Amino acid sequence: MAEGNRVFKIEIITPDRVFYTGEADFLEFTTTDGEIGVYKDHIPLTTVLAPGIVTIHNGDDIKTAAVHAGFAEILGDRVSLLAEVAEWPDEIDVERAEAAKARAEERLQNHTADVDMKRAEFALRKALIRIDTANIR
Amino acid sequence: MASMRDIKRRKQSISSTQQITKAMKLVSTVKLQKAKTRAEQADPYFNHMYKTVSSILAKSANINHPYLQTGESTKKAVVVITSNRGLAGGYNSNIVKLVTESGWDKEDVNVYAVGGKGLEALERRGYNIVVDASAVMENPTYADAAALCDKVLTAFSEGEVGEIYLAYTHFKNTVSHEPQLMKLLPVEIDPAEEEPEDHVLMNYEPNEEEALSMIIPKYVTSLFYGALVEAVASENGARMQAMDSATSNAEEMIADLTLKYNRARQSSITQELTEIIAGANAIS
Repeated sequence: MAEGNRVFKIEIITPDRVFYTGEADFLEFTTTDGEIGVYKDHIPLTTVLAPGIVTIHNGDDIKTAAVHAGFAEILGDRVSLLAEVAEWPDEIDVERAEAAKARAEERLQNHTADVDMKRAEFALRKALIRIDTANIR
Repeated sequence: MASMRDIKRRKQSISSTQQITKAMKLVSTVKLQKAKTRAEQADPYFNHMYKTVSSILAKSANINHPYLQTGESTKKAVVVITSNRGLAGGYNSNIVKLVTESGWDKEDVNVYAVGGKGLEALERRGYNIVVDASAVMENPTYADAAALCDKVLTAFSEGEVGEIYLAYTHFKNTVSHEPQLMKLLPVEIDPAEEEPEDHVLMNYEPNEEEALSMIIPKYVTSLFYGALVEAVASENGARMQAMDSATSNAEEMIADLTLKYNRARQSSITQELTEIIAGANAIS
């Protein structure tokens, strides 16, 4: 699938920086409705991102990154991901993610009325995604 | 004429003030550079966000969404972004003026203050301060903006306020900053601004309304974040200018005082001489 005409442009933008711009022939990411894969000439779609791993395929070159919250805009030859947080595997502090995971798990297990379950679950998911992404490296 | 000693003392005090203003100018110049880079980095995200939201709204004119309608309450939430420190020329008072001269009733305004100076000024004028998030101003992050956005949007969706405004200083360039009052919610975007490429038929997942309820809070957050970083840049720009003119004013005063000091010295020498000559004449 590495023919020249199958590539499309990708931008990943966060509030702090332009995280990634480049070309790819296949892109995978997670939305609130599940994981999706995008080839060139995908139908125009705007969708909301869930915490997950973004995989950018360009020929044999595969890049992965962790992305938490945001939305994606897919137009035939261009995909823009507006993410609140995006990290490359080598930017992830695994120890911190492990600590966050342990904290969130503990909170979920001994949940009392004043624990915000949704928040704890979200924190757990974020921590898991970070750990997963770091392990791919 | 003031005595030589008085003039000298005054000159010394002014030159030590000048040293302080000079140092402050240097500090704010460095801070401005940093803040400017941050503001520039936040720009692409914000622009993209704006484009997406306006294209969604342009294509879904008939959507009936709470974020697109004025709430029932006549109250307005105003997020006022000022600085925590003074000595920045008219920076803070311009923003305060923007709110006080907006023609709104004091009772109708709920102030969400970011920045101690604006908070103090508006409190003194009898405005109702709901939230004080001044600590954020030291080093605004996206998470801070999200927390603030959460508070304001909760007030909006619970019907406490019907409209949300944002008062901040827009950073045009290093020397020009504009105080601005912006309406955030209900979202009003000029459909004439949309670009031709927006006319593709866009699909939404989940559906348009759900996508909107998730995207609009992010849109508001990105506006807050953009406003915060621009305000920090403007604050330092304003302080740099204020301190620059203070330094040059001090220089002028010192030159003036040096002249006066020399004159006083001269006249005291002349007087002494006359006295000595007169004394010598009296003896002989």
